[in-house]
Amino acid sequence: MTPSDRPARMREKVIVRVVAKALIPFILLFALYVQLHGDYGPGGGFQAGVIFAAGLILYGLVFGLRVLVRVAPMNVIEVLMATGVMIYGGVGVASIFLGGNFLDYNALDSQHPEHGQHLGIFLVEAGVGITVTATLLAIFYAVAGRRKR
Amino acid sequence: MTASIEIVLFVFLLVIAAMVVRLRNLLAAAMLTGLFSLLSAGLFTVLDAVDVAFTEAAVGAGFSTVLILGTLALTDTEARRKRPRMLPLLVVIGTGATLVFGTFDMPHFGDPGAIIHQRVVPEYIAGTERDIGIPNIVTAVLASYRGYDTLGETTVIFTAGIGVLMLLARGGRQRLRRRIGRATRARRPGS
Repeated sequence: MTPSDRPARMREKVIVRVVAKALIPFILLFALYVQLHGDYGPGGGFQAGVIFAAGLILYGLVFGLRVLVRVAPMNVIEVLMATGVMIYGGVGVASIFLGGNFLDYNALDSQHPEHGQHLGIFLVEAGVGITVTATLLAIFYAVAGRRKR
Repeated sequence: MTASIEIVLFVFLLVIAAMVVRLRNLLAAAMLTGLFSLLSAGLFTVLDAVDVAFTEAAVGAGFSTVLILGTLALTDTEARRKRPRMLPLLVVIGTGATLVFGTFDMPHFGDPGAIIHQRVVPEYIAGTERDIGIPNIVTAVLASYRGYDTLGETTVIFTAGIGVLMLLARGGRQRLRRRIGRATRARRPGS
């Protein structure tokens, strides 16, 4: 039996299916809350990314890898893995071009350095969240897509 | 009050660790490692390290457990009984004793006289409000003051993902996609 066979049977268990279906939207919403509220509360891009990936992985475990692959296709995930790091590095390069040091967010808004800090932190955390979500999903696909020899 | 909670959590951690070592059923051991992570997350919360607790609960109790279960599905769920060997036990005890010995030189938990609380920490606490204007100091340190480090960490995660894909998805992504497709089509009656 492989992990990808198990979901097919998991889907027939009504309690698992109903509970998962009720929980997944809240898990994803909570991930977005952790991501966007990171300036004020605990958490940030990394935690949000892990929670978002966990929600999607729960979906994949219960309803099958095939359904999850339709929601988050492998080629999209591969691109997103690099996109997050690119956003992060891009913010750093942008702050050089705007006259600051690498990753000096003050340069992002010359009138209000505080706004620049807010924007920089927001973008950087978004980059972290995207990379973490995509990487965890890619690792899950790689492990769950294997079959017993 | 918090001391008693900490003691209870530590006792549970020890009990669970001992059970994980003794259990032959790897499926149960995997679930217990998840529980171990969840209790550690509780411990971090008591120590006011909410961000670390968050990460521990999500990664340790959630994602790692899923990965361990996925691996167990590919191998055996029952560990073979082996004669206990002395050398690994001695190495583990020696390493643990060295680590405990190392903590004697560390400042006590929450010690205001510790070096780190003399230099950068007051600067960060004052600067977060003044220069960055957000209430969460942890986020300010991670994303702004120590932005280089977090960029490095993100790159490490990215590299780890690529490494896993290279190791496990050998034969290119077409093959991985085919394999995912084949695995999900297998043994599904009526479709």
